[in-house]
Amino acid sequence: MSTSLLDVTDLRVAFTGRGFRPKAIEVLHGVSLSIGEGETLGVVGESGSGKTTIGRAVLGLVKPSGGRITFRGADITHASPKDRRTLSKDIQVVFQDPYTSLNPSLTVGDTLSEPLVVQGATAGEARSRVQMLLDQVGLPRDAAERLPREFSGGQRQRVAIARALAPEPKLIVCDEPVSALDLSTQARVMDLLIDIQRRTGVAYLFVSHDLAVVRHISHRVSVVYKGDIVETGPAALVTSTPEHPYTQKLLLAAPIADPVEQEKRRAERHRLAELHREQHVQAGVA
Amino acid sequence: MSIEELSVDPGLAAPPRKSPLRKLSRDPQAVITSGLLLVLIVLGLLTPWIAPHDPNEAQLNAINAVPGTPGYPLGADQNGSDIASRLLHSINTSMIAGLIGASVALVIGVTFGLIGGYFGRRLRSATEWVFSLIMTFPGLLLLIVLMPVTKGDYRMTMLIFGVLLSPGIYRIVRNLVIGVKNELYVDAARVSGLSNLRILGRHVLFVVRGPIIIAAAFLAGSAISLQSGLAFLGVGSNLVPSFGAMIADGFTNLYVDPTQFIWPSVLLGTLTSSLVLLGNSLRDALEGVKLKPSKTAASKVAGSVKGPGEDGPADLLSVEDLVIAYPTPSGRLKEVVKSVTLNLRAGETLGLVGESGSGKTQTAFSILGVLPSEAVIVRGSIRLEGRELLGLREQDLRALRGREISYIPQEPMSNLDPSYTIGAQLVEGIRASARMSSADAKARVLALLARVGIQNPQRTFDSYPHQISGGMAQRVLIAGAVASRPKLLIADEPTTALDVTVQAEILDLIRDLQAELNMAVLLVTHNFGVVADICDRIAVMQDGQVVESGTALELFREPKHPYTQMLLGSILDEHTVRTDPPVPVAAAIGEKN
Amino acid sequence: MIIYALRRLGAGIVLALLVTMITFFLLSGSLESVARERLGSAATPESVKALMTKLGFNRPAIVQYLDWLGSVLTGNFGTSLFTSQPVAPAVASRLGVTLSLVVTALIITVIISVALGVWAATRGGVADKVSQALSLVGHVVPGLLIAIVLVAVLAVNMKLLPATGFTPFAQNPGKWAASITIPVIVLVIGGVASMAAQVRGSMIDELRKDYVRTLRTRGIPTRSIVLRHALRNAASPALTVLSLEFIQMLGGALIIENVFALPGYGQYAFNASLQGDIPIIMGITLFGVMLVVTVNLITDVANGWLNPKARIN
Repeated sequence: MSTSLLDVTDLRVAFTGRGFRPKAIEVLHGVSLSIGEGETLGVVGESGSGKTTIGRAVLGLVKPSGGRITFRGADITHASPKDRRTLSKDIQVVFQDPYTSLNPSLTVGDTLSEPLVVQGATAGEARSRVQMLLDQVGLPRDAAERLPREFSGGQRQRVAIARALAPEPKLIVCDEPVSALDLSTQARVMDLLIDIQRRTGVAYLFVSHDLAVVRHISHRVSVVYKGDIVETGPAALVTSTPEHPYTQKLLLAAPIADPVEQEKRRAERHRLAELHREQHVQAGVA
Repeated sequence: MSIEELSVDPGLAAPPRKSPLRKLSRDPQAVITSGLLLVLIVLGLLTPWIAPHDPNEAQLNAINAVPGTPGYPLGADQNGSDIASRLLHSINTSMIAGLIGASVALVIGVTFGLIGGYFGRRLRSATEWVFSLIMTFPGLLLLIVLMPVTKGDYRMTMLIFGVLLSPGIYRIVRNLVIGVKNELYVDAARVSGLSNLRILGRHVLFVVRGPIIIAAAFLAGSAISLQSGLAFLGVGSNLVPSFGAMIADGFTNLYVDPTQFIWPSVLLGTLTSSLVLLGNSLRDALEGVKLKPSKTAASKVAGSVKGPGEDGPADLLSVEDLVIAYPTPSGRLKEVVKSVTLNLRAGETLGLVGESGSGKTQTAFSILGVLPSEAVIVRGSIRLEGRELLGLREQDLRALRGREISYIPQEPMSNLDPSYTIGAQLVEGIRASARMSSADAKARVLALLARVGIQNPQRTFDSYPHQISGGMAQRVLIAGAVASRPKLLIADEPTTALDVTVQAEILDLIRDLQAELNMAVLLVTHNFGVVADICDRIAVMQDGQVVESGTALELFREPKHPYTQMLLGSILDEHTVRTDPPVPVAAAIGEKN
Repeated sequence: MIIYALRRLGAGIVLALLVTMITFFLLSGSLESVARERLGSAATPESVKALMTKLGFNRPAIVQYLDWLGSVLTGNFGTSLFTSQPVAPAVASRLGVTLSLVVTALIITVIISVALGVWAATRGGVADKVSQALSLVGHVVPGLLIAIVLVAVLAVNMKLLPATGFTPFAQNPGKWAASITIPVIVLVIGGVASMAAQVRGSMIDELRKDYVRTLRTRGIPTRSIVLRHALRNAASPALTVLSLEFIQMLGGALIIENVFALPGYGQYAFNASLQGDIPIIMGITLFGVMLVVTVNLITDVANGWLNPKARIN
């Protein structure tokens, strides 16, 4: 029985549009989810669904316009910058793009020690912790002296993961961490993330557009569609026998790497689309 | 899309990065100009000790003295003042002018650029207004107009000039800061708990450093030129020696003694041009050399092109022993495609699969003949229906493009011209490959847009690229590609940039069109699911070579090459789920210890 | 689009007001010395005071400014303090001379820069090096020196062109052209130096973009791609540089007018400033500012036409 680490209740986020008299565009229409300690919640959706915004709201990079976010019982919805600094010990992030999430002019060692120094570590303490982190993510020790551009995308992502682990957080928001990587590298980084979770008990809010990726790492899955969560449940169920029509559509649209199976899935997708079309016509929708 | 692909630009394979200082020390332009400037600065500093006379001292018997007169090494002007002394003091005047003008502009511009760029919208619009105001002041005119106020004191004038120049710096700094502010590593720093001040100091300032140094050189040059111009016009005190004043004097005396005009001109010219050239060198060293022009022409074919080879029955496309290389900075050629052979029949779909750096896109581009101009085709043969494509002139290739061979790109938005409507671009494409009136072309385009599944063809016809979604843009590009009923369609990762539901629809569309037009399709991709959905045959590429090829069924069921096996093994399959339950932190730490 | 233009115009007018106001306040400090200058040798503390009262100089600055503004809005720009000539027609005719010089130079600059820039960007090699060398020369050699050298050679030595003086276009187009040839050459050299490099750079960037490659695959001829597509997109950033160049040329023209004795704007401003002829100075400032505002407005509108995305903002 794990206790609830993160609780998101009826979260709303709106962005002001551009122009002379900007209209507010709401991208999240009141989403709710929760993550227990040591658990991975997969949040899956397509572009524009708002899935990334959920993560950014939890991290404090975006201001909610409604709803509540609680972390370990405390309300962090409108946390002040000072509170956020304290929170950064417990909530961290791994971004999608390994090429722009690391400052290209700082060495790996500098990038990794930055969050530690902010929390009050001395230079010596930071240095030894950096070595430990590099070990944890499977990078050589001399990586600390090198610049990001000397590493491949997969290796940079490991650095990003190490940076997230530095303050020993309870929750890491993973925003499409493997989407930009090659196939073979994806698998390795995914395994690393699972391994770290087993060893340290960290929880993940794992955001992705790829159902297969989400299935691989999540205990539970929430599906986001145009700013609403349309389905939540155990990963095994939601990703193989979903109930909501959108999730079904999503599942059937993902191609299977087997010609025979894929032909079957394609036929089923066409069948489902035809069904929806008939339902629309019957309901009198033009 | 695998962003790793983007970073591999074969032509510029990771040149060793030298520190900017070292780059400068190797640049003759930088060395010479900084040397000259140093000499001038030293001369200026030493003036109190080496100038023979007071610059304003006027001796009646020295009027228009020729160079070499004892006591007047460079001669004297029409007032009887020593030219050499006036020159030396003028150096100082220019230096001070440059210093004041540049520093004022930089201090104001940088400070407000940082503020305006980093902090919220309201603060930014306030600073924008102020700097728009400053920009509206008509520069030189204002300085002249304010003469009664400045009383001609060149230092005041330069101060005002600095203020007038600051909007340029403000704009540069503000844009850089906005750019950096949106970078992910700044977000990561915020999540790590860094204060705004630390972020500004550590991450933002670093990016701004280079452009500020470059701007300083150009600003100083401008200030010096301007001050000389004003002095030439006679603005300012007569007692302050300056190049401008000396040139004005020399001008009136041009026929009496031309050297009076030459000395200040040469020194002023040297000073300003050194600053400008140094600025250019600094820009090259700090920001990297700008790209060279790339010609749009058929690629160079180095080796001899093979004669008609052995084509299989009804081969539409036949690629044989293709080798493509790029020159490295050291001059050698680096091969990115190392002998590729594949063929394609009419109506068939071949999937070209590989990870980043495999050379699959390069192969596709070479068939179209749109490789970058630096590319060298070392040897090989590409035949379309038996006709050799390599070595054809650009205009012959152009006749084939859009008619027999067509292309769908990966990233829909960046492949449409943002300045023209969709309809205009599609009509232009059609009329380039077939003669028809613009009315006929328009009708055909509308029909095509409907065929590719666009709901409201007329509205899309009239829209600009930024007004439509990514999925629609890809449909538009497909419409453009199939307009001429091509025999061969080359699709370069056509669905990688799209949502999975849209991807499925686009693949359906491609499949339908292929059946209808009996097109052969060469599909470049890294996604095995896409391959399983649409491809008849597959060729797997690794590191520039085809390591395995066969029918789709064969390859998926029994991959032979270890690389293929590894790739297929990396695919996250349908059935793996997390079976281990969540582990609370306490238990995990207990385990660690 | 119209709304956009009107908004920019409104902003420009507000800016013009602010500029003239600030300028007047800066000048208001020297009103006494202006009065003294006016009286010349007849200046005594009493006569200066009397003149200042007569001219209204001892009123608060803001009152004097609003007074001036009020008359301007009715079309009355006042008369010169020193010659009693009405300001507006004098300024307008001087402006006409300067503009005839600058606009001609600008048009020639644009033609040469675009040709040079496109040529360098598409051919590379020798063309590229030539264009870069020309840019360098234009930057490095101060316009002033070119002017003087050209006068010495073409006018004095070879007597091909007049060294000084100006003939209005209306009077004699041929002589007008001759009288502004050397000044225009000087301005064009400086202008081309910046613009050609800008055009070259923008074109190189454009030609490397994805859509250019896609257009090639449609079989569209290279010339169409370069001129209809790449150039149009490259024009946008180049336009901003062009407007800055125009304002730069206006400044340069002031010096040129001095060297070549052209009865232009700059000369007029210079003389007026020496004396402190406030009505003329204010008139000149207002015209100058409105010119800058107009140039910016035209640039913004042209940008909006070229660049569909910019119209929303």
